[in-house]
Amino acid sequence: MGTMVSRLWGWIDARMPTLAEQFKIHASEYYAPKNFNFWYFFGSLALMVLVVQIVSGIFLTMNYKPDAALAFGSVEYIMRDVPAGWFIRYVHSTGASAFFIVVYLHMFRGLLYGSYKEPRELVWIFGVLIYLTLMGEAFFGYLLPWGQMSYWGAQVIVNLFGTVPFIGPDLALWIRGDYVVSDATLNRLLALHDVGSNNPDGVEIKKHKGPDGRPLDGIAFHPYYTVKDLVGVVVFLVIFCAVLFFVPEMGGYFLEANNFIPADPLKTPEHIAPVWYFTPYYSILRAVPPLFASQFPGVVAMGVAVMILFFLPWLDRSPVKSIRYRGAYYKTALAVFIAVFFVLGYLGVKPTTVWGQFGFDAFFLDTKDRATWVARLCTILYFAFFFLMPWYTARDAVKPVPERVTV
Amino acid sequence: MKKIILSLLFFPLAALGAEAGYPLDDSPSDVRDLVSLQSGARTYVNYCLGCHGAQYVRYKSLTEIGLTEAQIRDNLLFTGGKVGDMMKSPMPPQAKQWFGTVPPDLSVVARSRGTDWLYTYLRTFYRDPKTATGWNNAVFPNVAMPHALWMLQGERTYDAEKKTFTEKTKGALSRTEYDATVRDLVNFLDWMAEPAGNERRNIGVVVILLLVVVMFPLTYWLKKEYWKDVK
Repeated sequence: MGTMVSRLWGWIDARMPTLAEQFKIHASEYYAPKNFNFWYFFGSLALMVLVVQIVSGIFLTMNYKPDAALAFGSVEYIMRDVPAGWFIRYVHSTGASAFFIVVYLHMFRGLLYGSYKEPRELVWIFGVLIYLTLMGEAFFGYLLPWGQMSYWGAQVIVNLFGTVPFIGPDLALWIRGDYVVSDATLNRLLALHDVGSNNPDGVEIKKHKGPDGRPLDGIAFHPYYTVKDLVGVVVFLVIFCAVLFFVPEMGGYFLEANNFIPADPLKTPEHIAPVWYFTPYYSILRAVPPLFASQFPGVVAMGVAVMILFFLPWLDRSPVKSIRYRGAYYKTALAVFIAVFFVLGYLGVKPTTVWGQFGFDAFFLDTKDRATWVARLCTILYFAFFFLMPWYTARDAVKPVPERVTV
Repeated sequence: MKKIILSLLFFPLAALGAEAGYPLDDSPSDVRDLVSLQSGARTYVNYCLGCHGAQYVRYKSLTEIGLTEAQIRDNLLFTGGKVGDMMKSPMPPQAKQWFGTVPPDLSVVARSRGTDWLYTYLRTFYRDPKTATGWNNAVFPNVAMPHALWMLQGERTYDAEKKTFTEKTKGALSRTEYDATVRDLVNFLDWMAEPAGNERRNIGVVVILLLVVVMFPLTYWLKKEYWKDVK
């Protein structure tokens, strides 16, 4: 048996030597820092969830009907009459949310350890592009079940483009007519986002190489990180399957109750909220007051909130990368930023009336909703994290960074 | 409860605030109770299907709640169709003129409304001379639907201030019997919204066990073995 396999491999290798070569370059002789911790699981998990989404998505398209009159019914057909259809559908719907959870944690890792800093600015920029594509994919994917929330959520987002001065209405029409972000876009970007091996110390392992040219603090990605990530995959799957098999709606956050009502252009739901992963930005959109009766400033603020991520490598003036050696300014700013992100996310799923109204009447308040004012404060803090970054990171009291990685 | 704990685990966004209005009762439904599901199916076909279709549900799928095809054909299929047919309603297109709205399809109503809402809604109809149908509802004020089960529950009046009901005429069922009938009906609606639900939970137990008992120790041991030489 063993000789059979090695002979077959020898046969392939003689005809396709690049295969083994690529494996060496990217895995068995790719040296990654040996001190990756918990936060480093989410890169490989994101890759895995992407593959899961593509495969489950392909299976769903086999029975899905992209037709306003048939879409809702075809999803129910998948749930009832297609063998294991419910499983594939829940894998896909749970996978969408899991993707964002994993990607948000992956991005948080970047903020913790300065993974976007020199020389990894391009890795970060491609990462943000992937995130943008992902948002596009998730948005278009959420349309497909053609429930009330799909329809009205899409209506809100598409109309955002309509607020752009002068060209807005035409732009919205153009988007409605043809605007497709495909899987291919995502895959290409992903290829450009190959791992860059920053580590929790923010130390360059390539500075210290042994006589054989290997980084002293590096270990081969395969088998060390492949087996380690496998443990991460299993733990992830336990949580993923717990949701998939026992609470696929996740209390209305992964599959919204309103989306089990077929889309009806004549009935606007009382409260339109996007799925949870968009809600921090939705909150920012709602928080910014209209100008000359136009929501355009809010749309701009929402756009800038995402686009600002591209500039992160140049906003951060700190001489150190990792949170381990940063001072109190950055640590406080990051903690506030994360808290603000959660509060904005929470407020985005709620109507603006959720926390009641201020009892007093002040002429300068255009709304008395408490939640709107909290969202405004949080929006200011969100932007302050980025816009004040050059100032506070340059003045932060940093600690000395060790020469070699610590374990 | 399980839902709440799990969603709290993921993000602190949970705890949906209950909307003001009539307080919802906890629905005692259990989609593993086949006797209750069969009784609910009978109530649905006799009292609801006339107006509310379940167009995504096949009659034949009722074999999953323990009925035979012959039983379905003889007791539940009044349209003269085949057991492979969808449970469509015979409501003509004039429905919109009669009720002001088309009676919605109920295939997945338990997923959009929730069982608690349905269980409370079906038990809180009352007589109201101000509405077109002469009926009103405490959970869904000014609902277009008349009380389809009134022969069973009897007529009642409602005090909106105190949120209490007073019996006017007796129905065919006692209060406990009526509650049980509604429970079975809601149970059936819940099952119908996701017939794969029981299978899903059963498979889930096996999958989680496999992951926790076999896969986790295996991969963890593999990692430990390989990482022995990393210093």
